Amino acid sequence: MTVTTGGPLIVLDGVNKWFGPLHVLKDVNLSIERGEVVVVIGPSGSGKSTLCRAINRLEPINSGTIVFDGRPLPAEGRALAQLRSEVGMVFQSFNLFAHKTILENVTIGPVKVRKEKPAVVRERAMQLLDRVGIASQAEKYPAQLSGGQQQRAAIARALAMQPKAMLFDEPTSALDPEMVGEVLDVMTSLAREGMTMVVVTHEMGFARHAANRVIFMADGQLVEDAPPTEFFENPRSDRAKDFLSKILTH
Amino acid sequence: MAEFLRVLTDNWSLYSQGFTNTVKLFLVAAVGSLVLGTLLGAMRVSPVPALRAFGATYVNVLRNTPLTLVFAFLVFAVPKLDVNIDYLPAAFLALTLYTSAFVCEVVRSGINTVATGQAEAARALGMTFLQVLGSIVLPQALRSMVPPMMSVFIAMLKNTTIAAGFSVLEAGAIPAYMSERGEPQFAVLLWITIGFLILILPLVVLQRFLERKLAVAR
Repeated sequence: MTVTTGGPLIVLDGVNKWFGPLHVLKDVNLSIERGEVVVVIGPSGSGKSTLCRAINRLEPINSGTIVFDGRPLPAEGRALAQLRSEVGMVFQSFNLFAHKTILENVTIGPVKVRKEKPAVVRERAMQLLDRVGIASQAEKYPAQLSGGQQQRAAIARALAMQPKAMLFDEPTSALDPEMVGEVLDVMTSLAREGMTMVVVTHEMGFARHAANRVIFMADGQLVEDAPPTEFFENPRSDRAKDFLSKILTH
Repeated sequence: MAEFLRVLTDNWSLYSQGFTNTVKLFLVAAVGSLVLGTLLGAMRVSPVPALRAFGATYVNVLRNTPLTLVFAFLVFAVPKLDVNIDYLPAAFLALTLYTSAFVCEVVRSGINTVATGQAEAARALGMTFLQVLGSIVLPQALRSMVPPMMSVFIAMLKNTTIAAGFSVLEAGAIPAYMSERGEPQFAVLLWITIGFLILILPLVVLQRFLERKLAVAR
């Protein structure tokens, strides 16, 4: 949340990625400023999740470079673990640790990875859980919570590491419709506070009102990169026009 | 019936000595193979290709070698390299090396039952491979590991009798002594069977206990 001076926080340069014969990221160039909220949309299979996961190297790339906070992504090992600890990640399927309580889920990162004092972390964790509205569920196990509550807990878990950026990989796609709003509310407030965010989503409403930029991907390429009003009202490419007509007509 | 009991009481010292060694072999090999097998299991899922290859090679070689042959290597072949190894330590080692391969596979299959998202979330937090394994994956894998692990250990308890062929006085060596003493083989063998049943019973109880304990842990 601290805005330090310097260049963009995340820079992708000529990134290529193959899954076997499938070329899922094609020469992707992208630069994300500190405090920017970038929403990535596009049809399924367009590579948007892969792009998101490549930023903390959960998905290694085949060529090109990814620079985070001035440093190129290190190879697997301690340096990479250190970098990942500075990037929060929220998954489509929550991935809360099933054998830990909600509070333990939020405290385990700072305690194990950062070696912070458990008492200090616990206090911060409770504040975060309070902020996402589930402080009363702290002692429960993930399976006892609704999907929306689990996803808010997962956001709290990522925030507990005090990350420089947050990656959201379709955070509301696995939720029942009535729970989407509560998760988007948390994300919107984060965006307002100036968190750097990369959000892969199908929530066009969120893209419209919370994003600084919308990126449209198709077939592994960045097809459009524009402010939300411009993108939604005046898409330049046929692919984007086609995609928007399909999702916005009903 | 009196005759049947007499076989045991008259030869009590032989039976107790034999079964004591069986229990020793079992306990040492159980602890040893649990440690070594878990290490090998960790290697097989590690991000380092060389460790993965080592783990896979170990399992394929040891799991496919007859246990008698592992014993023979340690008792007859290794001393030719001027490494002196006594019969009992050789038996400890043979059982541990052999059983580790099976424990490794139980650990690995247990790890595979844990959803990949669990490890991914842990890595995304910045945990190292060992933290991911120790704090997130293995605790969740334990539950599904208990039944096959117990089968491996029960098999190993019975495998200890192979040590009899390599100069270790354990339960499997009792029949040979008893036939020299002219005791009736039926009674002799029945007592050994009863002895093994008594030894296996606690393992079955332990399995039940662990399954129940790990089931309520969420």
